[in-house]
Amino acid sequence: MSKIMTGAEMVVQALQDQGVTHLFGYPGGAVLPIYDALFHQDKVQHVLVRHEQGAAHAAEGYARSTGKVGAVLVTSGPGATNAITGLTDALMDSIPVVCITGQVPTHLIGSDAFQECDTVGLTRHCTKHNYLVRKIEDLPRILHEAFYIARSGRPGPVVIDIPKDVQFASGPYAPPKNAQHKTYHPRVKADIGKIKQAVAMMAKAKKPILYTGGGVVNAGPAASTLLRELVQQTNFPITSTLMGLGAYPGSGPNWLGMLGMHGSYEANNAMHDCDLMVCIGARFDDRITGRLDAFSPGSKKIHIDIDPSSINKTVMVDLAIVGDCGHVLEDIVRLWRAEAHQTDAKALGAWWAQIDKWRARKSFGYKKSDTTIKPQYAIERLYELTKDRKTYITTEVGQHQMWAAQHYKFEEPNRWMTSGGLGTMGYGLPAAIGTQLAHPDALVIDIAGEASILMNIQELSTAKQFLAPVKVFILNNEYMGMVRQWQELLHGGRYSSSYSEALPDFVKLAEAYGMKGIRCSDPKNLDAAIQEMIDYPGAVLFDCLVDKAENCLPMIPSGKAHNDMILPDFEEDIGKVIDDKGKMLV
Amino acid sequence: MNAQAALSPYSSSAGKTERHETHVLSVLVDNEPGVLARVVGLFSGRGYNIESLTVAEVAHLQGLSRITVVTSGAPETIEQISHQLERIVPIHRVTDLSLDNAFVQRELAMIKVRGKGEARTEALRLAEAFRARVIDATTESFIFELTGAPKKIDDFVELMRPIGLVEVSRTGVAAITRGPQAM
Ligand SMILES: Cc1ncc(C[n+]2csc(CCOP(=O)(O)OP(=O)(O)O)c2C)c(N)n1
Ligand SMILES: [Mg+2]
Repeated sequence: MSKIMTGAEMVVQALQDQGVTHLFGYPGGAVLPIYDALFHQDKVQHVLVRHEQGAAHAAEGYARSTGKVGAVLVTSGPGATNAITGLTDALMDSIPVVCITGQVPTHLIGSDAFQECDTVGLTRHCTKHNYLVRKIEDLPRILHEAFYIARSGRPGPVVIDIPKDVQFASGPYAPPKNAQHKTYHPRVKADIGKIKQAVAMMAKAKKPILYTGGGVVNAGPAASTLLRELVQQTNFPITSTLMGLGAYPGSGPNWLGMLGMHGSYEANNAMHDCDLMVCIGARFDDRITGRLDAFSPGSKKIHIDIDPSSINKTVMVDLAIVGDCGHVLEDIVRLWRAEAHQTDAKALGAWWAQIDKWRARKSFGYKKSDTTIKPQYAIERLYELTKDRKTYITTEVGQHQMWAAQHYKFEEPNRWMTSGGLGTMGYGLPAAIGTQLAHPDALVIDIAGEASILMNIQELSTAKQFLAPVKVFILNNEYMGMVRQWQELLHGGRYSSSYSEALPDFVKLAEAYGMKGIRCSDPKNLDAAIQEMIDYPGAVLFDCLVDKAENCLPMIPSGKAHNDMILPDFEEDIGKVIDDKGKMLV
Repeated sequence: MNAQAALSPYSSSAGKTERHETHVLSVLVDNEPGVLARVVGLFSGRGYNIESLTVAEVAHLQGLSRITVVTSGAPETIEQISHQLERIVPIHRVTDLSLDNAFVQRELAMIKVRGKGEARTEALRLAEAFRARVIDATTESFIFELTGAPKKIDDFVELMRPIGLVEVSRTGVAAITRGPQAM
């Protein structure tokens, strides 16, 4: 049932056939035919961003919050290079994105033509796969293949670079068939023998912990439901990485809080002392493990991951299970039930008693104040005032991001969009716009820092144009707080270039963009101000003036072990904590 | 590789072996533009070693090429390299030939030697012992063609050095499993 159409029309038809509702993009000479094809239809809404990095992050926000593939369209040369940060971000966090880039006509490739760049060369390292389409005959297959590769297996970004002559050329188009690829075959179903082994190890464990990550979220909502069932059946404690928040509810009884560098004392100590670690869809990142030779020294480790290259990459494990987290969890839960496994209740009771002792340290605690807004307090209030709504949170990068992860409780997967692997300042606002457009009725809040927000502030125009009522909640501490904190830790408190000098007046800035600005500096007024933000029907820029000196604790200093954390009640000079070797690390 | 990273608390050797091994990997790929760049880029981007690399089409109709990479590192690193290679979309199969050590490897080298008189006869004598062929000769030079395992070529080159070694061109290793089975 193939139809003759131009390359540009094929692009738009394929987007429609792949179920794309929003395409985040920015026009230019090398994509004009595609823009013309978009003009003639209304199934795919084009969302004009104000910078191509914004397009990529918006697509990520859309993808993370829906589980669908995010779509991006940018022109050649600077359009493509501007998108690269977003593509790298999507690669690091395993987010499915298809990015279509225009290219100069095939006969000009390699001639340093105007706005030519070697897009496939540049993006080879920051995509899961990429294509340069040389012939119109290849285009329909490549378009469908790109979506398949982006969303299947370990998801990631895929670039399709389309020269302008290919966009003008005509050929037959066929809709997507059952995707089958000659070399790419991700493994979703795991070896049942290994799952049996895992279940047996779990039944015997005396001090178990579930350590989960973004892979559970990526495996779809059913995987989160299964995870909850597993926790309920086993009564195992559970922690998660930054990327995995929401797979298990933040209010759940077995929840230990996030783990890692700014994770909770109980999660990190439980990781350190456990006798069985079940890692589900996480990758033993250095923010998580801390010092590797002191990482959970006495435990047996099970690693469940769809990507075989994640296994034994940094931490050697005892049992590796390659498969999709959802499928594996299903098998584990089914076997656990079918074989009527029981945990060692007595041992588990003692383990929980130990965990409760760690919990009692209240490692996310902070000194309250009546006069200044403590950033943690601001997040707590934001949580309390938004928890009963359908709320999606995005963040920028820095202290505010970690405070959001610590103090906002996520009850559902896909509600939390943050740049984990790459740590990209400027992610949160465009991601919020992408999220909001996918969920028009939801409350979408970008928890921001005053420095990060300026990195993609131009996207406020996008929010305005597309009536995306996003709320930007800036924890304004007048510092690149995370940088300042590290300068205290490592560089004698010399605040080299980390003060946020010459800030704009955010309220006036909001007004200049045609939206609402709110400022609050008094804790007594905070609830009312947050409520005003929530109730306002349009986009809001909220300038929350918080304590300028607050540090983000607890913290595993770089190069230290899980059981070597700085807690909030630490009274000494944090500049003395890290030794010279640790100072080399990031 | 990078000694500093090996000392880092974030790349600990905990649970890993100290051994450093050389392995021959056979990589079957779709013969499409850029596939070699993907493979080479993976090695440079992740800091893996390439000791030798060869590539050529091996099945024209199916559009298949075979890349042979000789790499070195701890066994865990080499396992990691195989898995990373498998992630590259147009790669069909990665086989670590060194794992069961049942393979043959060959390399071809052309070695230019310059000399007169006694040196010339000495060069020819050694070439004969190594079964190297003369493929070009002038009154003051030879080019030898030599095929064999890399070690044999290394040895020959070392012997030619004092005699008047001018330059060497080597193909890198091609390898294949022994016995009736395909990789
Ligand atoms: C694009 C980019 N550049 C630099 C950094 C390094 N960096 C990490 S956090 C941070 C400061 C962020 O300041 P702000 O947005 O005010 O957040 P705060 O830490 O104060 O909450 C910087 C510069 C980064 N993560 N991303
Ligand atoms: Mg700040």
